Amino acid sequence: MPMKWTSPEGKPIFATWNLLFLYLALAGIFIFVLGTSSAKSEYADIVLNKRSDQEGERPVIFPHWFHRIRFQCRVCHSELGFEMRAGANDVTMDEITKGKFCGACHNGDIAWPVENCGLCHSALPGTPAGVIGGHQTSGPGNW
Amino acid sequence: MKQTNINKRLSDTHLVFLFVLFALYCLSSQTLAGNWKDLTEDGLHDPQNPSLYLLQNPGDALSRLPADSAGNQVDWIRALNDGYIRPRSSLKENVPVRILDSDILLNKTGSIPRVRFPHKPHTQLLDCQNCHEKLFKSKAGATMISMGQILEGKYCGVCHGAVAFPLTECNRCHSVPWDTINANEMDKP
Repeated sequence: MPMKWTSPEGKPIFATWNLLFLYLALAGIFIFVLGTSSAKSEYADIVLNKRSDQEGERPVIFPHWFHRIRFQCRVCHSELGFEMRAGANDVTMDEITKGKFCGACHNGDIAWPVENCGLCHSALPGTPAGVIGGHQTSGPGNW
Repeated sequence: MKQTNINKRLSDTHLVFLFVLFALYCLSSQTLAGNWKDLTEDGLHDPQNPSLYLLQNPGDALSRLPADSAGNQVDWIRALNDGYIRPRSSLKENVPVRILDSDILLNKTGSIPRVRFPHKPHTQLLDCQNCHEKLFKSKAGATMISMGQILEGKYCGVCHGAVAFPLTECNRCHSVPWDTINANEMDKP
């Protein structure tokens, strides 16, 4: 049976305009949700920018997803001593080249060495430091 | 009689509309389920960075792991237990891995379901000292925790909402309804 926009008596199918508005509103909410829920960066990416911008280098992005495929949380947060709070660790290139923090692996032995600046220093200049929660929440306490 | 026919046709049309909306919704949740942005277009990485092409895109790795609806859209514990990932437990040799298989029941949740805290998946990834004694006292019930503090990034919120599954997933923690089990059935720490 072909669908018509009017009933057999010539009345509009949407007997009341309210119903039409209801559908339009539903469609509007749906499009809004679709638009806002597209994630920006990946969930749990950490931006380090205590010094990078000042030193004329791109801020650092630490991707949790990449590292947790290869290492358990305890390796960095217990063995290497990274505090579990973004900003609580004073990570400097000096320390890293001495084998601390990132330098425990990024030494050309376990992972690629520090000469590859752009692989870590890869964020858009001016990106503020912190946890970048890309999916559903945007870090602690932010809905 | 004729009136009922018209009403039926009206409701058919509305059903069709609702179905189309529902189908669109399903389609969107399907496509959003694997919505990992490439690094060049994630709004965080600098597309001008000449080294960017050397880095792995999230979708290349995460699309092969068990799916989840939140966070990285990966069920990390299933990925670990089913052998999809085999993350190293230490850099040096002879670093002990302490796994504790014990559940803690947090029952001061008012009328909403109680919280079952499973030590096992947490100790599979973390060391005891990551949570004890700084964040939580080892004695069950000795640490006062509120949902408000968690939402501010304290206690469970140090990880959940930042790097582990987000705080939108209420039932994953609040999983023990009041009418099911007796608190005595849970392990004491």
